[in-house]
Amino acid sequence: MVTVYIDGKPYQVKAERNMLDVCLSLGMDLPYFCWHPAMHSVGACRQCAVKQFRDENDKKGKIVMACMTPAAEGTRISLKDPEAMEFRASVIEWLMLNHPHDCPVCDEGGECHLQDMTVMTGHAYRRTRFKKRTHKNQYLGPLVNHEMNRCIQCYRCVRFYNDYAGGRDLGVFGAHDNVYFGRHEDGVLESEFSGNLVEVCPTGVFTDRVLKKQYTRKWDLQTAPSICVHCSMGCNIIPGERYGTLRRIRNRYNGEVNGYFICDRGRYGFEFINSPERIGEPYLSSGDVPSGDILLLSGKEAGDAKILKGRKILKEGEVLPHLRAVIGGAKGIIGIGSPRASLEANYLLGRLVGPENFHPGFSAAESVLVRQMVSILSDGPVRTPSLKEMAHADAVLVLGEDIPNTAPILGLALRQAVRQKPMERVIREMKIPQWHDYAIRDAMQEERGPLFMATAAGGRLDGIAAGVFHAAPDDIARLGFRVARALSPNAPPIEGSFTEDALSFADRAAKALREAKRPLVVSGTGAGSLAVLQAAANVARALWEGNRNAALSLVAPECNSVGLALIGGPGINNMGIKDAVKAVAEGRADTVIILENDVFDRLDLPDVQALLRARQVVVLDHLPNHTISSLHAGCVVLPAAAFAQGSGTLVSSEGRAQRFYKVFNAPSGRTAESWRWLRDLLVDLGRPGSESLFSLDEVLSAMGREFPAVRGAVEAAPAADYRIEGMKVPRQPHRYSGRTAIRADIDVHEPKPHEDADTPLSFSMEGFEGQPPAPLTSRFWAPGWNSVQSVNKFQSEVGGPLRGVDPGRRLIEVTGMGRVSYFTDIPGPFTPRADEFLVVPLYHVFGSERLSAMSPGIGELVPPPHVVLNKTDAESIKALSDMKEARIDFGFASFRLQVRPDPLMPRGVAGLFPYGFPGLHGVVLPAWGKITAPENARREKEEK
Amino acid sequence: MDNRTEKKREQKPLTGSFRADGKPLDIFEYEQAGGYEALRKAVKSMTPRDVQEEVKSSNLRGRGGAGFPTGQKWSFVPTGEGAPIPRYIAANADEMEPGTFKDRILMENSPHMLIEGMALAAYATGAEHAYIFLRGEYVTAARALEGALAQAYEKNYLGKNVLGSGFSLEMHLHLSAGRYMCGEETGLLNSLEGKRAMPRAKPPYPQVSGFMGKPTVVNNVETLCNVPHIIRNGAAWFKSLSLGQDGGTKIYGASGRVKRPGAWELPMGTTIREILEVHAGGMRDGYKFRGLIPGGASTEFLIEEHLDLAMDFDSLQPAGSRMGTGTMIILDDRTCPVGMQISLQSFFARESCGWCTPCREGLPWIVHTLNSIEDGKGEMEDMDLLLDQARLLAPGHTFCALAPGAAEPLMSGVKYFREDFERHIREKRCPWPME
Amino acid sequence: MLSEKELAEVEKELAHYEKRKAGCIGALKAVQKHRGWISDECLKDIAQYLEMTPDELDNVATFYSSIYRRPVGRHVIFICDSVSCYTVGYRELLRHLSERLQIKPGQTTSDGRFTLLPAACLGVCEKAPALMIDEDVHGNLEPPEKVDEILERYK
Ligand SMILES: Cc1cc2nc3c(=O)[nH]c(=O)nc-3n(C[C@H](O)[C@H](O)[C@H](O)COP(=O)(O)O)c2cc1C
Ligand code: SF4
Ligand code: FES
Repeated sequence: MVTVYIDGKPYQVKAERNMLDVCLSLGMDLPYFCWHPAMHSVGACRQCAVKQFRDENDKKGKIVMACMTPAAEGTRISLKDPEAMEFRASVIEWLMLNHPHDCPVCDEGGECHLQDMTVMTGHAYRRTRFKKRTHKNQYLGPLVNHEMNRCIQCYRCVRFYNDYAGGRDLGVFGAHDNVYFGRHEDGVLESEFSGNLVEVCPTGVFTDRVLKKQYTRKWDLQTAPSICVHCSMGCNIIPGERYGTLRRIRNRYNGEVNGYFICDRGRYGFEFINSPERIGEPYLSSGDVPSGDILLLSGKEAGDAKILKGRKILKEGEVLPHLRAVIGGAKGIIGIGSPRASLEANYLLGRLVGPENFHPGFSAAESVLVRQMVSILSDGPVRTPSLKEMAHADAVLVLGEDIPNTAPILGLALRQAVRQKPMERVIREMKIPQWHDYAIRDAMQEERGPLFMATAAGGRLDGIAAGVFHAAPDDIARLGFRVARALSPNAPPIEGSFTEDALSFADRAAKALREAKRPLVVSGTGAGSLAVLQAAANVARALWEGNRNAALSLVAPECNSVGLALIGGPGINNMGIKDAVKAVAEGRADTVIILENDVFDRLDLPDVQALLRARQVVVLDHLPNHTISSLHAGCVVLPAAAFAQGSGTLVSSEGRAQRFYKVFNAPSGRTAESWRWLRDLLVDLGRPGSESLFSLDEVLSAMGREFPAVRGAVEAAPAADYRIEGMKVPRQPHRYSGRTAIRADIDVHEPKPHEDADTPLSFSMEGFEGQPPAPLTSRFWAPGWNSVQSVNKFQSEVGGPLRGVDPGRRLIEVTGMGRVSYFTDIPGPFTPRADEFLVVPLYHVFGSERLSAMSPGIGELVPPPHVVLNKTDAESIKALSDMKEARIDFGFASFRLQVRPDPLMPRGVAGLFPYGFPGLHGVVLPAWGKITAPENARREKEEK
Repeated sequence: MDNRTEKKREQKPLTGSFRADGKPLDIFEYEQAGGYEALRKAVKSMTPRDVQEEVKSSNLRGRGGAGFPTGQKWSFVPTGEGAPIPRYIAANADEMEPGTFKDRILMENSPHMLIEGMALAAYATGAEHAYIFLRGEYVTAARALEGALAQAYEKNYLGKNVLGSGFSLEMHLHLSAGRYMCGEETGLLNSLEGKRAMPRAKPPYPQVSGFMGKPTVVNNVETLCNVPHIIRNGAAWFKSLSLGQDGGTKIYGASGRVKRPGAWELPMGTTIREILEVHAGGMRDGYKFRGLIPGGASTEFLIEEHLDLAMDFDSLQPAGSRMGTGTMIILDDRTCPVGMQISLQSFFARESCGWCTPCREGLPWIVHTLNSIEDGKGEMEDMDLLLDQARLLAPGHTFCALAPGAAEPLMSGVKYFREDFERHIREKRCPWPME
Repeated sequence: MLSEKELAEVEKELAHYEKRKAGCIGALKAVQKHRGWISDECLKDIAQYLEMTPDELDNVATFYSSIYRRPVGRHVIFICDSVSCYTVGYRELLRHLSERLQIKPGQTTSDGRFTLLPAACLGVCEKAPALMIDEDVHGNLEPPEKVDEILERYK
């Protein structure tokens, strides 16, 4: 700590910070543009000017940029100095010379950092009489809009996109007063983080193109804290609603989790929620199943009216009696849970059907993997780090997981991790402070810290990795076991030979990890291999023997996979959902309740058919899917609220339980959160104890009593009766407009706001206007700070935790003690088969997650499906070399796909890309399949 | 002028050996004139520290404009066990400062002198790589340097194991693609790295983190050309050349409506009047002197009353100006001071790199305002605006020294020729219409 | 596609730098020597060769004033508009050139023979006013008619 003086007052502050950071952390208002809390200082905009004095006798002082001034002992600055104030106002005057005065029609209006800073400096009078410079705008794809005239040249966009997120297709062109930020030609931005430009840009150059279609000002959006459901990382988000539709998603800062950024899947994947195909009413299915052909339906076709034709809507008051009858008449009920549904919904389903009949809804393989994953994390002794900690790792080994596509935000963290080691060197050797961003980058040049990656195919992080290795899952696992053995003699020895590449990779990786201060091992369920998970655990444990800071992060498949595993009970077994199929097939059950799950993704086709042959199937979900369109006559479909229409708890890969809150009520009125349907049913059936399951809090505490592993979930956020000064926290901002006018054509009386008994949030503008505790923060706003930059005002120090503590409660915490045990089940080397390929999933950030892929914006970016084969393999398949299509046959199902030969793909392995594409249903990967040239194509060729 | 000054005036270490026909000295001619003796002496009998010390005590100050003591600059380079390698030397031969042409003359006539100076700088700082950063328009200089480099390699003044001393040096000529910013030493480094020539914030100084993040010394061509002479003849000799505190001779120049525009090597500290009246021959017939910018476009105007000041690093300070590059530009009575200001400011506005706000936005505003005055559309408030802008573009306010360099002639130009500006506004026309 | 000869010259430029990217300015200039200017296609080819993206290379290319991202005439005239030339007849020289060639700075003659570009100080202030055509400097162009005979040398 050092003492600095600001406008004459002494303050104790952290050294190694800069004075802008210090002033903001102290809650002062000092304007800035080019500085960003995650990207630090470059000193370009000159907006943060202050007067600096040598000592108490120096009365003259000189203008300096606060962001470039170290907080050294005795530093004296003044914010209020008239010269400094004049200069700051002049900077705005310069910027406004060319900035269009289009605030009324600008998408940024009302949450514009430039507006805020203009007001803050007091610049109000326009002196110039000359013309403004103008630029052309570009088409940058479906997600981000470009309006270059508004640019104030703060260089933040390129600093984020290129320097921070590793993009290479956005840049700055030209010089002097003609600098242009965009692409060298129109085209879709390639980075999966492009949407952050919308928040990084301090004005309206980059704006949200999806929002634009249904634009609403920030102050007219009803918002609530939420959690992204599109992968297992648990990024914190703020969805905003107006007129019954979800309009946009913004990042919600969480110092330990996503920090300032989220990926485009998370930002733009929400549109499915507004889909006209949403199931809006409970109904009985018509049974008009297109016989035998169900595999060919894409998600969209499945939603077609023709499939819903003839269904019978259950009227108000009919639903519960009907369900009562279904359950009453059942000869055994099976419940199938969901890794994308809340803990609460899964728990209540388990309660309804009884623990022995509850199946968590994982495929058999997934069930094994997730269970293994959770036990590795819980057994320890290696700790699971938060995303923030991972960004600070100084050596990383990735085993088997395609991070940028299965856990995008973790990819962004790894991009920061590779900077740590060289950055520490530069800071140490050259005494450059960490916040001096370009100086650090200039000194580091292209030096990167060690990142070693072993994955099935090439990926976007390969370019920054010190070593890459592409192999079949078993070989990746073997490589991991080898690294573990190199790190500790206690790890099991490994037999069999390795290629030279593998050996060198393993040696280099082991060395880098051993030398690191904060080594990190990353793996996950994505490769579909138990051995890979176990190998990763061994590496981490072997490391841990010598370094207690070693960390292990495992990526789960979905947003609540870990939570579900924690409450899965006996259903978490080697059979997964196949257990349910067996129960139906053997006649032990004739009724199945499926919670937010498309069983076609979890079972091979014959098993799906067996399951859906049950006498009665009840499905709760948001959108039509294959399961729903394959129901036979009389099955029940219940409209379930999607994430922003309900409240509940999810558990991320980190094991962090986080509460998401209902942002708005689903417009249909008959849509309800799954847990609420299930609760109503429990109450209706008069199940014991159900009378005390009324609110979300009651459900949570009942769950905690039954499953101690998730007891902490209760503490993830304040309870529903939490009040500040006797008030709830409003979901609507205090400037929310048109409240009485919105419905004036229907009724001039303002309706009573929706009650919300489940949370401390209200559906109105009324309530506590100050800063609520972090988990209840519905928006970032502070007086004078309307833009997202107001986050600074919510943190205990800039870039640090939110006031209080960052939201969420880690459920899995290891003691860091105890003996290290190793997995010893080492697979043999992968041997390609003569007539079959090991078909593995290859992921893509857009397309491999189904809900986001149903959103039009993201949907446009989903790459066309194809099968990836090693070049030699592709050529060896007769007639494939000159034919672009192949037939992949799993015995019970087959697909025709374009072929993409790839020299990086291991021999004998085929990748389906992007895994999850529409039409890929009824087969669980990895699986062995035959690949041939399609019959008719071959025949056609022969005919010629 | 006493005898001693007269004597001094005859000493022309930099230009004395030039050929009369303007062709570059080849390596034999250069050697004949004592060339490469200094390098031989240094690598054979001096330690790098000795070379640094000699340059330090010579009081050689940087000729690129800022006048930073050269020996001191070199001493910031970390050397010895564990110091970062490789290290670099870059000769700043970008010379784009309007009114400045002294480095060109040195390179065109005596390319080996620069090469030898760089080799000595490299030896003194333990650098193994050197780049000559030459502006692309200097085609003649480029040819001269290319030829000289080949000869120097051939004679092992460059390359591996120079003169059997164990010291090695690779030197490369880099031709710039045009931008004044490339002359700013950190912009130069970025450009050399194949990037936009944006300046870097200092600290860290290039001597610590420069080219490719490694220790680098950037020196002006004229600065480096002095080094062989210092090493050969000693620091005391070098100091004795000067009329004042700063050591050595200086290449002064004059352009504008003078009788003999050109450049001359004279003792450091020669007065403006002598340069203007004796060497440049005074004003051309029919033209009267009104003022001058003493050292390239980014220095403050001076007028009649300042003519007896000495041109060295410190003597112009009381008059509010700087010697800069030492090449003066003269304003005569038939040139419109507003027009001249437009030329100056347009240059700076166009050459702004676009990184920091005051320069990127302020300079074009100044140009618009000046143009408007020149076109007879000015308003009296414009005078305040110009002064405001000049004041706001002060050193430290902007990221690098480009914009403050523009503010210097603006502030002083308005000060000394305010009446001319106001006449434009009052008469709504330029009183110096084009002939 | 870059020609063999162009590639050889590019390689020569790159040889002096540890990182290929660092030689990109030299590479652009080398190719421009052959083609007169850098078209979008050409930019992409060079970028690919240097393992850069077109955006990365264009960021650099558009910064520098003597890399042309638009077509230029067979000969480029740089007229120095900086301060020394300004005081010694730049305006008259520009007026004369513009009238004679019927173009303004930044334009190319209709026959594609000359492009006229403003230039920062050419470093020949002792010979003001001056201009540069391709690689040749011409000074002392007062009166401006002196340029007429010079132009004749560039077909
Ligand atoms: C905008 C700008 C342009 C400059 N151009 C040149 C130049 O062309 N040549 C030069 O030697 N120094 C130039 N300088 C000064 C250099 O930054 C640096 O101070 C000089 O090269 C150091 O060399 P010296 O110590 O030998 O003088 C320029 C400075 C600025 C701010
Ligand atoms: S003052 Fe600013 S904009 Fe101007 S050249 Fe320097 S850094 Fe660039
Ligand atoms: S925020 Fe300090 S200069 Fe931009």
